Amino acid sequence: MLNFLARRIVQLVPTLVFVSILIFSLQHLLPGDPALVMAGEERDPAVIEQIRKQYHLDRTIPVQYAYWVANVLSGDLGESLRIKVPVLDLIAQKLPVTLQLAAMAIVIALLIGIPAGIISAVKKGTAWDYGANLFALWGISTPNFWLGIMLIFLFSIKLGWLPASGFVPPSENLRASLASTIMPAFVLGNAIAAILMRHTRSAMLQVLESDYVRTARAKGLSERSVILKHAMRNALTPVITLGALELGTLLSGAVLTEQIFSVPGFGKLIVDAVFNRDYAVVQGVVLVTATVYITLNLIADVAYILVNPRLRG
Amino acid sequence: MNAPPLIEIQRLRVLFRGDDGRTTHAVDSVDLAVDHGATLGLVGESGCGKSVTSLAIMGLLSKRSAEVSGSIRFDGFDLLQAGDQTLRDLRGNRLAMIFQEPMSSLNPSFTIGDQIVETILRHRGGSARAARQRAIQLLGRVHIPSPEKRIDEFPHRLSGGMRQRVMIAIALACDPRLLIADEPTTALDVTLQAQILELMRELKSEGGAAIILITHDLGVVAEVCDEVAVMYAGEIVERAAVDELFSSPQHPYTVGLLGSMPRLDRRAQQLATIDGMVPNMARPPIGCRFAARCPFAVDACTKAPPPLAEVSPRHASRCIRAPLERLVS
Repeated sequence: MLNFLARRIVQLVPTLVFVSILIFSLQHLLPGDPALVMAGEERDPAVIEQIRKQYHLDRTIPVQYAYWVANVLSGDLGESLRIKVPVLDLIAQKLPVTLQLAAMAIVIALLIGIPAGIISAVKKGTAWDYGANLFALWGISTPNFWLGIMLIFLFSIKLGWLPASGFVPPSENLRASLASTIMPAFVLGNAIAAILMRHTRSAMLQVLESDYVRTARAKGLSERSVILKHAMRNALTPVITLGALELGTLLSGAVLTEQIFSVPGFGKLIVDAVFNRDYAVVQGVVLVTATVYITLNLIADVAYILVNPRLRG
Repeated sequence: MNAPPLIEIQRLRVLFRGDDGRTTHAVDSVDLAVDHGATLGLVGESGCGKSVTSLAIMGLLSKRSAEVSGSIRFDGFDLLQAGDQTLRDLRGNRLAMIFQEPMSSLNPSFTIGDQIVETILRHRGGSARAARQRAIQLLGRVHIPSPEKRIDEFPHRLSGGMRQRVMIAIALACDPRLLIADEPTTALDVTLQAQILELMRELKSEGGAAIILITHDLGVVAEVCDEVAVMYAGEIVERAAVDELFSSPQHPYTVGLLGSMPRLDRRAQQLATIDGMVPNMARPPIGCRFAARCPFAVDACTKAPPPLAEVSPRHASRCIRAPLERLVS
């Protein structure tokens, strides 16, 4: 196990190097001169030249990359070109918001998706199954922005139960914090629940037909034990991987939902940065997202091994 | 012997309903009985209804697709009338089964110890420690070397033969009165087959469990069984004691099966085969189901279904032309 972990971590290094090169080249692929953006209204060539020097923009690209990597490794992601705040501070400010949202969304997705998938597989061909499939179809085909607007309309405007927008940190007021994030978390979780449900259902259907489930029944075990112990343990392995990948997507992909509910998270940060050509922020955010994504992948692999003895060697 | 048999199957019939609404007669009015401690071989080619019969005894056929009728009396219970809970209490306890596919019949996510202990705790209760001790004993009984170490291994670390031994250990966990072995050696190579058969013979000689051994291999039957029932197209076509069946088969299908066994003591250019195909069981023929392939068939054979009739004491054949000796002399 430790051996495997060490090997996987070593394998991460080239991935991260590759990602960092991609992220760095982004700046050079996009049109526009960052020095000009930084200069703002200032059109004095001497000032622009000064900015170029300060940010090493006058050096060759590999050298610029080396500078950037050295800075990143020492924890310096640079400074927002626009608002002159260290990128790391911006990320530290927004990441917890997105993490809270993503965690709540994935919990909602797991709580709905897995039981729904199991029930629809076990009760295949019954009203339960059709109901669960209808729900999944609805979840997959409902656009997030529409569902978000409808929820706001119902729970904030009509019923007045939940705040329509904004964010309260949990450290300030846990109740208010949950109230401010439950709707966006549900919007995000709903779509993922549908995907998890479909995967759980098909994995369960396959496993329920397997010989070892027949063996479990031949032992006289209760149906509950057959399904929740013998079948589920094997059916959920692919679902775990999927869940971890979806969580990664949530960290970077909640842009639209964050906009609708005005949640000051990662998605909003990245959109603002792109529109403002704030390369340092874009680079920082993408780097952090990629790292989190890769780490989640690693965790998924480890979880996979923990539940699957055949991979333990 | 006047004691009632351990298991008595009467007019067992299994119909499968397909998704398209068509029905298939997998098993048709099967009568079987096995005495306490006896060993019955159930023989026939793939798809003749052997496995379906055994799954019907175990109550493991899906209620959604299979329609089971008739009666199965086992140890004072009518299995087809019994509730799910009663069946669950019997399965793995007094009624145990070994399956054909040792590679996939064990759950890959649990150690073999867990899978044996689970059965013991389910039916016998007691402490986990005592159950583990019993599991180690059982592994020893099926000749798994150093069982105290092996017990904590996962199935994927064991070979096919070892896994089948573990399956047998699970089946024996609660000292069953009836052990159904569905082609226990088919998936194994020849040397392993011999070892597993040796194990079955040991179980038989230790007494206790009656065995229904399902196989397509008459050689296996000759080695292990007391009695044989031959199945063809969902029906029992012949039933007799092993020696009697081998020396004087009274159904043309049995004759064909015996003829198609490879033998070392006779030279043959080609293995004998039975011409033709098994009838389509969605629409079984009105008369004898084997008639189309039978060298002895006459017109009467295709007119009405032949009854399973005794040709001599404890020897029954579903052939109106039996005894067959007079046909070949």
